[in-house]
Amino acid sequence: MSLTRYTKDHEWVRLDGDTAVIGITDYAQEQLGDVVYVELPEIGRAVEQGKEAAVVESAKAASEVYAPVSGEVVAVNDALLGEPAKVNADAMGEGWFIKLRLADPKQFEALMDEAAYQAFIAEEQH
Amino acid sequence: MSVPEAAPLRHTPLYELHRAKGARMVAFAGYEMPVQYPTGIIAEHLHTRAKAGLFDVSHMGQIRLRGDAAASALEALVPGDLQSLAAGRMRYTLLLDERGGILDDLIATRTDDGLTLVVNAARKEADLAHLTARLDPGVAIVPRFERALLALQGPAAAAVLARFVAGIERLPFMSAAEARIAGAPCGMTRSGYTGEDGFELSLAAEHAVAVAEALLDQPEVAPIGLGARDTLRLEAGLCLWGHDIDETTTPVEAGLAWTIAKRRRAEGNFPGAPTILRQLADGPGRRRVGIRPDGRAPAREDAAILDPAGKAVGRVTSGGFGPSLGAPIAMGYVETAHAALGSALALVVREVPRPARVAALPFVPARYYRG
Repeated sequence: MSLTRYTKDHEWVRLDGDTAVIGITDYAQEQLGDVVYVELPEIGRAVEQGKEAAVVESAKAASEVYAPVSGEVVAVNDALLGEPAKVNADAMGEGWFIKLRLADPKQFEALMDEAAYQAFIAEEQH
Repeated sequence: MSVPEAAPLRHTPLYELHRAKGARMVAFAGYEMPVQYPTGIIAEHLHTRAKAGLFDVSHMGQIRLRGDAAASALEALVPGDLQSLAAGRMRYTLLLDERGGILDDLIATRTDDGLTLVVNAARKEADLAHLTARLDPGVAIVPRFERALLALQGPAAAAVLARFVAGIERLPFMSAAEARIAGAPCGMTRSGYTGEDGFELSLAAEHAVAVAEALLDQPEVAPIGLGARDTLRLEAGLCLWGHDIDETTTPVEAGLAWTIAKRRRAEGNFPGAPTILRQLADGPGRRRVGIRPDGRAPAREDAAILDPAGKAVGRVTSGGFGPSLGAPIAMGYVETAHAALGSALALVVREVPRPARVAALPFVPARYYRG
C-alpha cells in the first residue's frame, strides 16, 4: 500500500506515523519552472485542508501551496529558503515544504493514490 | 450567456522550430510564443549573459516610412531628433499623445529613402493607425508585419555573426547594415533588449527558419524564450510598454528625458510639449526607479510601494527575480521625495510590507559595443 497521496492542486503528502510530510509534485515543479523563492508557515500554526499553507515563486509567478490535509505545522524545510531550486531538483524528496501533525487520517485516505494522480495529470494535459 | 471566443493566436515563421526545440508556448500579444525551452528561464538568462542567445521577436511590428520627409514628419509625433540621424544610424524614441503620455516606444533607423521602425507587438496595429491618421501624407507608410525579426544577444554574438558576415563585429552600436546570412538578405542592426552586445536581424519570413537554424548550429548559441527576455531587460533597467510606460506616464517621469533632444526642447513642437517641458523645468511629481528588496521575496507588478511610515508612495510596474544577481529586483514609480538612491521603502507582497531600497538602474551594467 502506497503511503503517498496526491491532490488535484499538485501537492503530495506522505505519512510518517502521524506526521504528514507535504510538498509539490514533480509535475508541478516542471510546470512552474525555476523556483526562486519559497515562503513557509510558522511552526505551531494550524493549517486547514485546502487552505494556503505556503507560497512558491518561480521566475514567472507566485503560486499558493494548499494544505492537502488539516493539522498543526511541526516542521518546515528551512533549507529551501537559501536553496529554493531544491524544489526543482528533488520535488518529492529534499524539496519537501512542511510537516504537519495529521488531524484526521480519513482526509489522507480520501486523496488520490499514485495511479489515480498519474491518470489525473494525463487527463489534465488534454 | 455565451462567452465570445478569443481570436485565434498567430504564429511566427519559427513556430514549428520552437515546438521542435521543446518550447513551452504561451499567448503573448496575439501570438503563440515560446516562454521558455526545456533548460528554463534562469539557464537561458545566464547563457545569454555568458555566450549568445537567439530570440524570435517576429511578433514585433516593422514599419517602413518612405519619403524624403519621413524624418521630419515623424518628429511631429515623437520628441527625438530624427532629422540629424545619418543613414544607417538608429535611435530609441517615443510616440507621445497630446498630454505627454507614451503611446509606444520604438526604434527608428534612418534608411536611404526614409525610416524603418520597430514597434511593440501589442501596439503595432494601434501605431499603424496613429501614423496613418497623423503623418504627413507625403510619407508612404508600409507595414511589414509579415517579416521575421531575430535577436542574437550576448558577448559571443559578434563573433558568431562574423562567421556569416565578415567584418560585422565592427558595426557600431545603434547602426544598421545589409548582408546575407545563409543566402538570405538580412537587415542587421547592432541593438537589442538585454543590456548585452548583440544584433537584430530583419528578414523575409520564408528565410527565417534557415537563418535561425544556421545561427543555432553555432556552439555558443541557444534559443531563448520570452521569460528570459523579460528578466534580461529588467536587469538592464529597460522599460516594457504596458508595464513600466504607457499613456499615463510621461518620458520625464519614466526617466526617459534623455530621449528628448535639445533641439526639440528648444522648438517645443512635439506632442505633450507643454506638460513635458514644465516637468523638465520643475521636476516630475513621481519617478521611475529601480528597487532592491532587502529579503528574497520577489515583488511583482502592481505591488504597493510604501514609505517607512507606511504611507503609499507608488506602485511596482515590473518585478521578479534577477538571475544574474541571484536576488529579487523591481522597477516602479515613487513620489519624487522617495526617489533618491538608497531611499528606504517597503513593498507589499501578500499583504505584508517588506523592506526595500531604491537602487541604481541598470541593475546589471550594460555591455554594449563601444568600438
